[in-house]
Amino acid sequence: MSIKTIHRDVVVIGGGPAGLAAAIAASEAGCKDVLLIERDRILGGILNQCIHDGFGLHEFKEALSGPEYAARFINRLPGLGIEVMTGTIVLSLSPERILEVSTRGAIQYIQAGAVVLAMGCRERTRGAISIPGQRPSGVYTAGAAQNFINMENIMVGKNVCILGSGDIGLIMARRMTLEGAHVEAVFEILPYSSGLPRNIQQCLNDYNIPLFLNTTVTEIRGNGRLEGVKVAQVGKDRAPIPETERYIPCDTLLLSVGLIPENELTRDAGVAMDPITGGALVDDTFMTSVPGIFSCGNVLHVHDLADWVSVEARDAGRFAAAYVHEKREASRQRITIKEGDGVRYVLPQSVSGERDFILSLRVTAPWRNRAVVVRSGDKKVRRKKIVRLHPAEMIRINIGKDALAAAGGSSLEVSVE
Amino acid sequence: MNHKYEVLIIGGGVVGCAIARELSKYRVSAALLEKEMDVGMGASCRNSGVLHAGFKYAPGSLRARVAVKGNALMDDLCRDLKVKIKRIGKLTVGLDEEDEPTLRHLKEQGDTNGVPGLRVIGREEMQKIQPGVEGYIALHSPSSSIISPYSLTIGLAENALANGVNFHLGQRVESISQQPEKGWHVRTAAGEIFEAQVIINAAGLYSADVSRMAGVDGYTIYPCRGEYYVLDKRLNGTLTALIYPAPKKNAPGWGTHLTPTVDGNILIGPTAQYIKEPENHACTPDILRRLRIEGQKLLPAIQVSDYIRNFAGIRAKQTPPEVGGNKDFVIEDRKDVKGFINLVGLESPGLTASPAIAQMVVEMVGNHLSLVPDPSFNPVRPGSSDFFSELSAEEKADLVAKDPNYGEIICRCEKITKKEILDAINNPLGARTIVSLKYRARASMGRCQGGFCIPRIVRLLRDEFGWRPEDFLKRGVDSPLFVGNVRPEGGQA
Repeated sequence: MSIKTIHRDVVVIGGGPAGLAAAIAASEAGCKDVLLIERDRILGGILNQCIHDGFGLHEFKEALSGPEYAARFINRLPGLGIEVMTGTIVLSLSPERILEVSTRGAIQYIQAGAVVLAMGCRERTRGAISIPGQRPSGVYTAGAAQNFINMENIMVGKNVCILGSGDIGLIMARRMTLEGAHVEAVFEILPYSSGLPRNIQQCLNDYNIPLFLNTTVTEIRGNGRLEGVKVAQVGKDRAPIPETERYIPCDTLLLSVGLIPENELTRDAGVAMDPITGGALVDDTFMTSVPGIFSCGNVLHVHDLADWVSVEARDAGRFAAAYVHEKREASRQRITIKEGDGVRYVLPQSVSGERDFILSLRVTAPWRNRAVVVRSGDKKVRRKKIVRLHPAEMIRINIGKDALAAAGGSSLEVSVE
Repeated sequence: MNHKYEVLIIGGGVVGCAIARELSKYRVSAALLEKEMDVGMGASCRNSGVLHAGFKYAPGSLRARVAVKGNALMDDLCRDLKVKIKRIGKLTVGLDEEDEPTLRHLKEQGDTNGVPGLRVIGREEMQKIQPGVEGYIALHSPSSSIISPYSLTIGLAENALANGVNFHLGQRVESISQQPEKGWHVRTAAGEIFEAQVIINAAGLYSADVSRMAGVDGYTIYPCRGEYYVLDKRLNGTLTALIYPAPKKNAPGWGTHLTPTVDGNILIGPTAQYIKEPENHACTPDILRRLRIEGQKLLPAIQVSDYIRNFAGIRAKQTPPEVGGNKDFVIEDRKDVKGFINLVGLESPGLTASPAIAQMVVEMVGNHLSLVPDPSFNPVRPGSSDFFSELSAEEKADLVAKDPNYGEIICRCEKITKKEILDAINNPLGARTIVSLKYRARASMGRCQGGFCIPRIVRLLRDEFGWRPEDFLKRGVDSPLFVGNVRPEGGQA
């Protein structure tokens, strides 16, 4: 059977917070031919299962639940005439921006003028971190458990240990407790929490759930259902200290041990990747190394707040629309940006110098009263004092093009001082 | 409940299923008992997925005979049963001159065993077969292959079932007795009685126990665990052949090696560690660490993010740890215990040998019953050996146009469609666990390990088949996924 090819100006892949904001921004920037593709039956992505509040504090100056936050965007789509394909998965993406998509009833090709990658991220699994032991049922990633409880009305267990203090794990500690489960503790291999301080307070401290830092699960036990886990403190090298090992009976282990940008399509398209973020290398328009392919949200780098995803995706959507209309090529002149001391990653990894931009970064360890400094050679471009720096929190700093021009040079380094 | 058959097979591993399928060619009433809720739950689906050529086994040994013959039977069998097989060949690589005599000896041994196409080759030719491989000399065995152990075991079982063999799953044999003139009485833990004239012990790790129950003492099985890593499909295509190091004198096995799978992953392993509990499939920190280090040496391209899972399989060894090595397979039609065909210690190359073992065993059954070929036997299993994701865009479009369920992807990593999930759930054996689904449809075998698809599969089974939370099991009745509903279903939110 021959396969139909359709054309669209801007195609956004993923209908979560990033894709929704990008599609709306592309449309508002004047693109009349925007297609939003979502693999689930409904739009909203992971927001649909995030029934806790705290979304929208920056975007809407009020605390919304995930579904409410998503609805603010979804409700605007019809008025803007944005085309939506749900229940549709992109099977492949070529560097020429041809998408092979599968939907109920048809496989088709879509030739896109510009593509915005907004596929989000997935959870790191037990296998990925090689937790030793048997393979009973009752071991879930925190997000999967959240899906079962909040979307499917299914309770995953009664006596719970949680490995990893990522935000979803913290949220689930509270959620499981509210639904009558006993949450024994949260264990974190790092010397500090991976989740936001506000979640430590509201999800653990308020419910008397202990958080053990420098501690990990060393063995999973149970032939059928999970029977218990062994936990141990870890040394500086993160290796378990055998004398500290103890056994905790439980029927459920939730894992909140990190998120991985979902970049399989990105790699298909030959996009150059950043090994630290796990996402694409982008410029100050969020364009990747492949012209006309843009990336934003958690597929680009894992964010701490959905609100920042929306802010970033709006820029990406706007620039994607501009790419189609102005046939703008990537600027020749590039200023690269590198991580310096105390900085785990920076984004974008290169800029044109033609416009102001926002530098996103994460630090490597928690500190108080430090400054993030952006330098071009020995010239200071920007210095921002920050009272509390934490690896769990993204830092966003405005950089003006004038300051950049004044400093000159072809590369920037960002460090904590 | 009482069941009556002429032949009863105990054990639903690849060997038991191959025997069932071979028997189904004849007009004989036969059944297979399996203690788990599906076939292939033991070593049969927890291995490297490799078909061995047969040069490693002593000439004249049973292992040599059934391996070489079994390997040769696989092409037709896989075609009929829709099982994925890739004849990629193997290089047994010697690093220096010292290894040459070993490899020459293996070639001679293989030639004697009837292994086809063995050649000792030099560095240049070795690198044509596997670019980048380093070595001085290698033995190339073209009949060494990779296969889907899941599809083979399940395919054999389904085809046997279609041709009239009954499968009783979840039936653990508890006792066996023989009554004069009446034949065998096999009682299971579920309290059911199975009567038969001939019983076949294909119980793998429990073969010594079943043997004892039937009145044949003298066998012991020493469970020996092998641990593996599964690598991401990102590295698919890196290995174009099986690469094994030349065996060293006094070394217990082949050493850590990499094995590509027919589905596009790479395995690191297996190790060998004797254990006490026959079903403790745990992976252990020290061995996992060693596998990562050795894997990295063999394939420097491996990144931390490429490790997607680890697992273990357990060999049914007849040699205790202090002896090591292997004993030959036991495949015997006991003269002292009438109607008892005893298979003990079928470890590697059991998968390879399974069709040849099945032929041998059925010949033995012929000593007790008159075997009349069944003209209605159909060797072909319906379906395809390829997953939807492996088809061309045009072929996919055809399928989607025929059945829209092909257009809906449930498992995003492996790109498994709703149609494939439904087919797997509607499998003829009636196996209904998450592992059953995984072995049939590959759902949850990808890099997200089911984080995405398991919730969707749960929703699908609830919506389309009315499953309740307590109906979902991982492998067996003792492995429920859930404890119930959060709130009563149908209530007000």
